[in-house]
Formats: sequence, structure tokens, C-alpha cells
Amino acid sequence: MMAAIALLSSDRLVHLSPVDFVIIVFYFALVLAIGFYLRSRANTGEDFFMAGREMTAWVAGLSFLSANLGALELMGWAGSAYQYGILATHWYWIGAIPAMLFLALVMMPFYYISKTHSVPGYLKLRFGESSRALSAISFAFMTVLMSGVNMFAMAKVMQIVLGWDINFSIWISSLTVAVYVALGGLRSAIFNEVLQFFLIWAGALLIPILGLYETGGWSHLKVLIAQRTSNEYVHMWSGLGSFTTNPMGIHWTGIVFGLGAILSMGYWTTDFLVVQRILTAKDIRSAEMAPIIGAGFKMFVPLIVILPGLLGLAVLPMKLTAESAVAAGGHSYNDVLPLMLARYCGPGLLGLGITALIAGFMSGMAGNVSAFTTVWTYDIYRALIKKDASDHHYVNMGRWTTVVGVLISVGTAYLVMQFASIMDYVQALFSFFIAPLFGTVILGMLWKRASGPGGFWGLLCGTASSIGMWTWVKLDPSALRYVALSPNAKALAQDMYQALWSFVVCVTVTVVVSLMTKPKPDAELTGLVYGLTEVPSIGNLPLYQKPIFWGVVVSVVLVILNIVMW
Amino acid sequence: MHNSGISIWFFIGLSLLVNGMLITGAGISEYMNPPKIPTVVLFHLHANIWWGAILAAFGALYCYKFYPKHQS
Repeated sequence: MMAAIALLSSDRLVHLSPVDFVIIVFYFALVLAIGFYLRSRANTGEDFFMAGREMTAWVAGLSFLSANLGALELMGWAGSAYQYGILATHWYWIGAIPAMLFLALVMMPFYYISKTHSVPGYLKLRFGESSRALSAISFAFMTVLMSGVNMFAMAKVMQIVLGWDINFSIWISSLTVAVYVALGGLRSAIFNEVLQFFLIWAGALLIPILGLYETGGWSHLKVLIAQRTSNEYVHMWSGLGSFTTNPMGIHWTGIVFGLGAILSMGYWTTDFLVVQRILTAKDIRSAEMAPIIGAGFKMFVPLIVILPGLLGLAVLPMKLTAESAVAAGGHSYNDVLPLMLARYCGPGLLGLGITALIAGFMSGMAGNVSAFTTVWTYDIYRALIKKDASDHHYVNMGRWTTVVGVLISVGTAYLVMQFASIMDYVQALFSFFIAPLFGTVILGMLWKRASGPGGFWGLLCGTASSIGMWTWVKLDPSALRYVALSPNAKALAQDMYQALWSFVVCVTVTVVVSLMTKPKPDAELTGLVYGLTEVPSIGNLPLYQKPIFWGVVVSVVLVILNIVMW
Repeated sequence: MHNSGISIWFFIGLSLLVNGMLITGAGISEYMNPPKIPTVVLFHLHANIWWGAILAAFGALYCYKFYPKHQS
């Protein structure tokens, strides 16, 4: 054991004790045991790809939230909180909650009633095969590449934080994920996502508790931050009247319309990685409650992500910098969470915190791989290559696709290791598809006149416009003044406006082409479009059991939180 | 989720229970043999003892409530 520790540990940010290693090893043993245990419950296509559609609202909801709570997400947003202050909270509140509630109360009935296996599957039913093919191929390709990029990034983090060898991190984590997803399918991925949710809270909640104790409470923390930076770092809305009066260089229109209305709607309602979790719900009420439960917890994730970043601003003796400007012995913004872990967490707690990061990474990878497997098997292989095989054949294809997906991810990780700039391109590429896809899906659900060609060309033109804007700014940085409406806009602001414009292009093209082409007959749209679909009743339940009631509760809390942090 | 096989909540309880006991054990060991220089800020609060105990208590509760033979 000690020899292994010595082998793994050299130059590092934190030092693990033997008990920390025991906690990490226990985590790996537990997830593998879960995978082997669930193997016998993944024999049919519905079991393997849809977890038997028997998840309760709580399991589906926590899994839905966890699929987005990866390690890089945690470390990245803690770093953003250090860099931009409390403004980063927008990505957890207005940038998530309205979209999650919209998914629950407006869109979920259509996904659920159509009994689709995937978002591309819904596009097939609503717009036809060409829209599905475009969406499925782009999603499958980008998902597996993103998984590889995240794998490399996490291995790099493990090298910096723990001194672990990159090859060791890549292979041990990817093999573990391959085994438990190939054995247990989506159910296994969901089990581990819920486990990860608890580990993350158990491992990270102590940082804000001890941090607030050290700084003397929230009011005193704000004073400390204002002293070390400026008052704008502790206000969410009051500095957003101009591009130049907040650390992010963004205007409130970008936050409300770009982030809140488009980008977050696109991500939380049409990214199959997260939507797949809700499709496993056991009934319509659970499917509607699951995103609301996720939204309820999402509102409090800033406690373990944003608050550690803010505490870092107040208490860390050193100044963190951008990754590109880190001097020898210095640290970047993204190191703030491990630094805070090391500051407060002694033996055992440190192991739990690191386990939470590893679990976040692995469940994120499992989420990518399970979504890729479903889309490949149902929307590409069965739709375009082998239409009439047995259910058993598709399950076997799913198991092998899991392994192949992991291997492609590993290959991508090594490619990124050789050509680091690929990472920026892949991450940018992924965002190209989100906003236009939302435009296509939402028009498909709410406007029965939207035609098949309209859906396809809208999606294609919206995506092409997003790529075009990104390329334009890459080739000519001064173009930012047109895309993001200000030369002072930062990268995040560019993303917001890029999403907004590509959505507008998608919707405009879809409407124009639809009006010029023949719509589908109403009979073919039953169960797919608002006005032609009878949403099944959730039963005569008391008010407190109705999704709409909890949706209103979450909305009210969201408004109150924003006013308090104004 | 609860009607067939082992509940997911049992696995979560097991994880919290084992981790909680390990963390509390490490904290007690550190309390009995304190390092010459404190390893963390707020060392005197001995967070690993009480935080580990909280996790173990939650874990034990989940393990008991969702132990396979207790399910109908």
C-alpha cells in the first residue's frame, strides 16, 4: 500500500494519507460491485438503454442533476467564482432553474407520451429521418469527443492536485466506467450518479461551513471580498446595467436572454445527456417531478461551488491567476477548490473530497458514454444500418458500443495530450448544437405548422450560423463588437450572444421554410405537438403532491434568492 | 426501485457509513496523536471527528431502512 502511494505521489498540490487512499479504493470497489450486481437486470433493450423506465422521481431527479455536476464543472465554476465573484451564480439560478421547470411542466409530457428513447428519436417522430440523422450523428460524435476531452482534463487535474501519472488516471477511470456501464447499462450509470451526488455534498459541504466560521459569517465575508477586489464581486444584478461595471464584461440582456432564455433552455431541455435521465421515470408524474426535484437542489449547489470560490477570494494568502499566466509555484483559478479542500480537510476528509471529484468525473463520463450508446444503437445503427435485428442483438450492440465509446474517448484524450488546442475547439463545437436544437424542438412541440423540411433546415442553418460567428471572431477578434454587442465582452458573454443569434436564425429559417412547405397531417402529430395531444392526468392528488405546486415553490424561492443577492 | 433487488439507497447508506467511520477513526487518531504543526486551518475544531460521525449516522440510518430483507 505505502509503495503504491509513493509510486502515485510526487509533486502535488495536496498530500493524501493512507486513510484517504482507502476511501478512494473503497469507492472504486463499490461502483464495480454495483455494476456486477446490476448485470442481471440489464437483459432487454428497455432495461439496458432506459433503465427499465422504472425510476422514481427522486432517483431520476438526482441523476438528472448529477449528470451535470461533474468534477470539471465543480472546479471550473469555483474558479469562475474566484475570477468573476458571485456573478457565476447566474449559471446555477437563472441559467438553470427556469429551464428545468420549463422541461418539467411544458416539454416533459411530449417526450414522455411519445415514448421516445432519445431527443433525436423525438425529432424523427416530429420532423422525419433527416432531422434525426443530423441531430444523432452530431450528438454522438461530439459526446464521445467531449468525454475524451474531459478525461484528459481530469487526468491533468489529478496530476497537478495529487501528482498522479496521467496514463494511470486515464486508464483506471475509463476501464472502471467501461466495466460498470457495459454490465449494468443506464441503470448502473444512474445508480452511480446518485451515489456521486451524495459523495459530492458529503465531501464539499464542509468547506463553506468552516469557511464561514473562519471569516465570521456571510456579511463579514462580503466585506473581506470587497476589500480585496471590489463591491461588484458580491452583487448579482446591480452591476449588469453596463458591460464595463462588472467583472464578467456582460450586460443583463446577455444573462436574461442569452443564458436564461436560450442557452440554458437548450442545455437542460434538449441535451440528451440530461434528458435521458428523466425519460427513465416510471410514470408521467415522476417525469414531471424529477426536473423540479433537480431544480430544488440545483439552487443550493452554489453553496458547495460558488461559495468556496468566494471564500478563496477572502482567505487564500496567494493570488490565483488565469491558466495561461501561472508562474512557477503559482496556482490558477481552477485550483481554488482543491486549495480550499487542502485548507480545511484533514485525513479522511481530504480523501472524501478527492473521491467526490473522481466520482464526479467518472459519472460524467458514464453519462456521456450511456447517452452515446443509446443514440448510436437506436438512432444511427438501428435507423440507418440494421433495422430489423432482435432486441438481444441491440443490447449486445449497446454493450460493445459502451466499450468502443470509452476507447474512442481514451484516444481523444491522448490526441488532446499531443495537440492541446483541440480541447478549445471541441468544447466550442459542442456548444454550437445546443441553442439551434432547442429552437427546433420547441417549435416542433408548440407549433403544429412546423414542417419536416422546416425543422431540418432550421437546425442546419442555426448550427451553421453558430459555427460561422465563432469562426468570424476567431479570425477577427474585433468582430466581437458585432456578435456580443460590445468590444469589452469576455468569452462567456460571447457564448451567450452566439447562442441567442443562432436560436433566432434557427427559428426564422424553420418558420419561413415551414410556411413554404407542406405540413404534416394532424393525425401524425398526435402525442407530439401542443394542441393535438391529450396529456394524461396525474390523478386526483392533493395540492402538495402536484408538480405545478412544487414548480411554483421553487420559482418563488428563486426570486427571493435573487432579490437577496441583488 | 424498492420492490426488486437491492435499493440504490442501501448502496448510498453503505458508502456514507463506511466513509463516515473511516473519517471519524482518522480524526480520533489525529486527536490522540496531534501533529506538532496543525495540518489544516481550524484544526482545533477536529472537523473530521464530528463530520465523519454525522455521515456514519446518516449512512447507518439508510442501511437499516433500506436493508434488502426489510423491503416488501
